[in-house]
Amino acid sequence: MTKGLQSIAFKESPYLVSSASVAGKKEGEGPLGKMFDMVEKEDLFGENTWEEAESTMQKEACLLAMGKAHVEAKDVRYLFGGDLLRQGVATSMGVSELNIPLFGLFGACSTSGEALALASMSVAAGYGEYMLAVTSSHFGSAEKEFRFPLGYANQRPLSAQWTVTGSGAFLVGTKRSHVRITGVTVGKIVDYGLKDSQNMGACMAPAACDTIIRNLEDFGRKAEDYNRIITGDLGYVGQSILFDLMRGKGYDIKKNHMDCGMTIFDQMTQDTHAGGSGCGCAATTLSAYILPKVERGEWKRVLFVPTGALMSTVSYNEGASVPGIAHGIVLEHC
Amino acid sequence: MDKERQQQAYENYVKKKTPVHNLPANMGKAFIAGGVICTVGQAVLNICEKLGLDKDVSGGWTSMILVVASVLLTGFNIYPRIAKWGGAGTLVPITGFANSVAAPAIEYKKEGQVMGIGCKIFTIAGPVILYGIFTSWVLGFGYWLLKVSGIIA
Repeated sequence: MTKGLQSIAFKESPYLVSSASVAGKKEGEGPLGKMFDMVEKEDLFGENTWEEAESTMQKEACLLAMGKAHVEAKDVRYLFGGDLLRQGVATSMGVSELNIPLFGLFGACSTSGEALALASMSVAAGYGEYMLAVTSSHFGSAEKEFRFPLGYANQRPLSAQWTVTGSGAFLVGTKRSHVRITGVTVGKIVDYGLKDSQNMGACMAPAACDTIIRNLEDFGRKAEDYNRIITGDLGYVGQSILFDLMRGKGYDIKKNHMDCGMTIFDQMTQDTHAGGSGCGCAATTLSAYILPKVERGEWKRVLFVPTGALMSTVSYNEGASVPGIAHGIVLEHC
Repeated sequence: MDKERQQQAYENYVKKKTPVHNLPANMGKAFIAGGVICTVGQAVLNICEKLGLDKDVSGGWTSMILVVASVLLTGFNIYPRIAKWGGAGTLVPITGFANSVAAPAIEYKKEGQVMGIGCKIFTIAGPVILYGIFTSWVLGFGYWLLKVSGIIA
């Protein structure tokens, strides 16, 4: 049922039945390297192009997630998926073989939240026993789409983030597990007028702040009611801005905040500047690092807030600002 | 109006919060990287002239050798690593230009010879070529005007 202005609290909360993460070489060498279900030593994943590689990651992630729960593709009612490429081709090409009815989504790097929200809403509404949510990003395809060819010689600004090569898939359903999605807060587009696409943390922090506060107010909770408030890919710059914005509104989340973009890479040794980004950043970190902790009960309740910077190369070149969006997913141990 | 001021305030705040590269250090590195590339070019030029080639032909060989070296280093993914350290020092010499043409050629090869390499090879170098030619045309026109009007002989 609806809660507050933008949230839903499920009467019968759907379970996060299983999940899977597939990651690239650099991610495999990072702090979470051993936790991913699958790490490919070659970023082309045995394919010919970055785009095909990204599609393969999505397919593998879906198959792994379903495999873990012993669920077959025919038992999954709908699939909610998206990525960063034009017209969402990584998803279309990746999941076509699975033959699951598909909703293609775009929420930039917040897509994992959008997909999880829709999947859990569909299950809670009784529209199916299992739903699959999947997202991905790939360093090669994202650089090519948004910035420069990989071989181009340039210096990345210190505020730039490193697109994660990875895909996370989540099976949401009615079958019992140890994690439930008890609520969602759907985020609004928040635009502070910033135009620097190389400083996405600063573009997205206002949206994260808005969604987190909305979630706390809608559910009548304090920040301490969550063991962790986990943003998707604000990175080092975005995190410090988020803290300032939250403090300005009277909230302190310093103690229990975590950011996937800061967790997935080692900033000192991996030369990733402000941290990781991309749909795959939040999705793989959720699957590999966060969910196991919630499953074990180490964290009883967390708020997962993947963040997206909404832009295209065209909008950016035409001088439009880069607004942000963030969705909140409440995950609880059970 | 108020919204604009708020946006400006946020932009200023973000600017203060965002770390940037150390400018003097970057300039020093660019000076060294650019200097090394130009020294190599000068060495090639001297060798060509020692071999008895005339000045223009030697210059042509020098440019060609630098371009080929840059393209090869781009293909082996070495040039981007040098640029990460050397910054503008690797961008300004002819080797930087060669890199900006070679990199899209490699990346877009998968999209085909015509729509890939053909259409996209100059995505980065294109503006340099267009405005380079345009500027030289403007200067040439000015030069011609000054000549016709008798201001310069």
